[in-house]
Amino acid sequence: MIGKFDPLKGERFQVLGENGQANPEWEPKLSGTELQKIYSLMVTTRAADLKALKLQRQGRMGTFAPSLGHEACQVGSAFAIQTKDWVFPYFRDLGTYVTLGLPLKYYFLYWMGNEEGMHIPKDLNIFTISVPVGSHLPHAVGCAMAMKLRKEAAAAIAYFGDGATSEGDFSEALNFAGVFQTPNVFICINNQYAISTPVRRQTAAKTLAQKALAFGFQGIQVDGNDALAMYAATKEALEKARSGGGPTLIEAFTYRMGNHTTSDDASRYRTEAEVGEWARRDPLERFKLYLKDKNLSEGSFEDRVQKEADELITKAVAEAEDTPPPSPGDIFVHTYKEMPPDLAEQLSELRESLKEERK
Amino acid sequence: MMLNMVQALNQAMHGEMDKDPRVVVLGEDVAVDGGVFRLTEGLLEKFGPERVIDTPLAESTLVGAAIGMAVAGLRPIAEIQFMGFIYLAINQIISHAARLRNRSRGRFTVPLVIRTPYGAGVRALEHHSESTEALFCQIPGLKVVVPSTPYDAKGLLLASIRDDDPVIFLEPTKLYRAGRQEVPDELYEVPLGKAKTVREGEGLTVVAWGAMIPVAQKAAEIVEKDGLFPEIIDLRTLAPLDRKTVLESVKRTGRLMVVHEAPKTCGLGAEIAAFVAEKAIFQLEAPIIRITGQDITVPLAKGEDYYYLSPERVAAGIKKIMES
Repeated sequence: MIGKFDPLKGERFQVLGENGQANPEWEPKLSGTELQKIYSLMVTTRAADLKALKLQRQGRMGTFAPSLGHEACQVGSAFAIQTKDWVFPYFRDLGTYVTLGLPLKYYFLYWMGNEEGMHIPKDLNIFTISVPVGSHLPHAVGCAMAMKLRKEAAAAIAYFGDGATSEGDFSEALNFAGVFQTPNVFICINNQYAISTPVRRQTAAKTLAQKALAFGFQGIQVDGNDALAMYAATKEALEKARSGGGPTLIEAFTYRMGNHTTSDDASRYRTEAEVGEWARRDPLERFKLYLKDKNLSEGSFEDRVQKEADELITKAVAEAEDTPPPSPGDIFVHTYKEMPPDLAEQLSELRESLKEERK
Repeated sequence: MMLNMVQALNQAMHGEMDKDPRVVVLGEDVAVDGGVFRLTEGLLEKFGPERVIDTPLAESTLVGAAIGMAVAGLRPIAEIQFMGFIYLAINQIISHAARLRNRSRGRFTVPLVIRTPYGAGVRALEHHSESTEALFCQIPGLKVVVPSTPYDAKGLLLASIRDDDPVIFLEPTKLYRAGRQEVPDELYEVPLGKAKTVREGEGLTVVAWGAMIPVAQKAAEIVEKDGLFPEIIDLRTLAPLDRKTVLESVKRTGRLMVVHEAPKTCGLGAEIAAFVAEKAIFQLEAPIIRITGQDITVPLAKGEDYYYLSPERVAAGIKKIMES
């Protein structure tokens, strides 16, 4: 469908209508088990997000960026990613991690303030979080250039928000991607706000997807609350990238249902009416209707999915909270491959002063 | 073979690209043009456009893409055309290249070399005479290297390419074609983090690097007739600093002078003076002296000599510290 929905004409790709009815022309060929899996990943994402909020309010976790409302764009797109692909997430990507199989313990650990949470297991090609907005897009392009050089049939996917499209690194990276025809998929989660700043203050362009055209490749705007549309668009963009067709920009049109971070108060800059309007388009509810329509949520399915998610989360939180804090050596050891003499001296000074403090 | 620094660096890149298929070169005008100083001449013809890459004019993504390549297993050499343009990439260098090892607990490493011509004394345009090495020396996770001879340039660049951490490799523009030296054809390393005593002496230790090494050497020749024989240490690697070599020398000579062309305030000379004071102040026979550039923007050609250190100015400094 990429190329058939013109962002300049404001055309947006959608598979599931708000009533949960799928458009048969674009409905992806997924098995009942796969569809149930997508739903359960979205449920897990939401439950983990709400759990994190509770932990933060209880002082058991630090500031974090909630993913509420992003379940469809994160899970739907990540469901199309293969293990050989590389993923460059941004700081609001819980559903992406859940879908790619990063144990939830890591997520909680990182936002609790332990670097071990970004010690991504070796079997997962997930990059660490880049906090400076949009600054990871060049990394995704470089990674894709390396894949192309080695003639690997794989792609590099980068996630970022609408605010990132104003950053220089966005324009530079997408320009590189166009020039070198890299196997990249850029997924812009347009949730309408960068903290308090609305999209209309980021750009005078009608859509973010159309920015791809200036860099010489295709862009498509997708209903970001529609997991099937996100899956189908990402799958097609990934196949195109892996087979040498070059990069694609996908704009997931969605809404940030929560605050920017737990330190933010969104009521200062947006109305209840606006939030209510988007609550009506809840991505989980829509997918639930779809499963019901397909007779895929019969009996205790709902309860079972929720229970499994809750168990997984309880275990992950316990593991994260049981992880001991880093030692002084832990915070020094990864500065260089080999610790220079200066640093070794500073570490031993720190250890000495800690001994004094603890006397 | 007798080579100048440009040729020595070019030979290092040819040799290492030949030996290691992971090494790639990227930058503005590095491929077809062979680099504005011809550092990368002949690489495109030999290794092709996939490994020798002319990039769009965008320093941040030039470095950012090189970081992505490095994480993905390549060993990129990114050229920034002049040090005055490296600031456009500084977020990538400080926020990512330097920290990815730490952020990922050692899973993602950035074996990246960022090469750039640096320093004044060549009558250049604005932004083409920068020596802001100290900015990078304060960043945990970075290594900063400055050669002063063709032999060291080749060996230090090879060691930098093979190093598993990011290296800012600063090439003194003034020394690019300043002289030739016997440089072995084979690939050899000059170890990072090791200073070199380039002139043995007594009564005074002069610490310098890059284009200030020949200036200090000429100054030493000037003061010879006054019966003064300063020792000269070429740091070669600015981060991590070889404090041991400096300290051993100063403890023996009893005096320290630091010469650098960068501005004085918060220049690397300040750190060297501070650690020597911390570790050996009672072995000093005179106050430490810094002979440096002033805290001003490097002047354009007509005023450059006010700023740029001459052997005579350094020699005057040597006489002053020896009198105190």
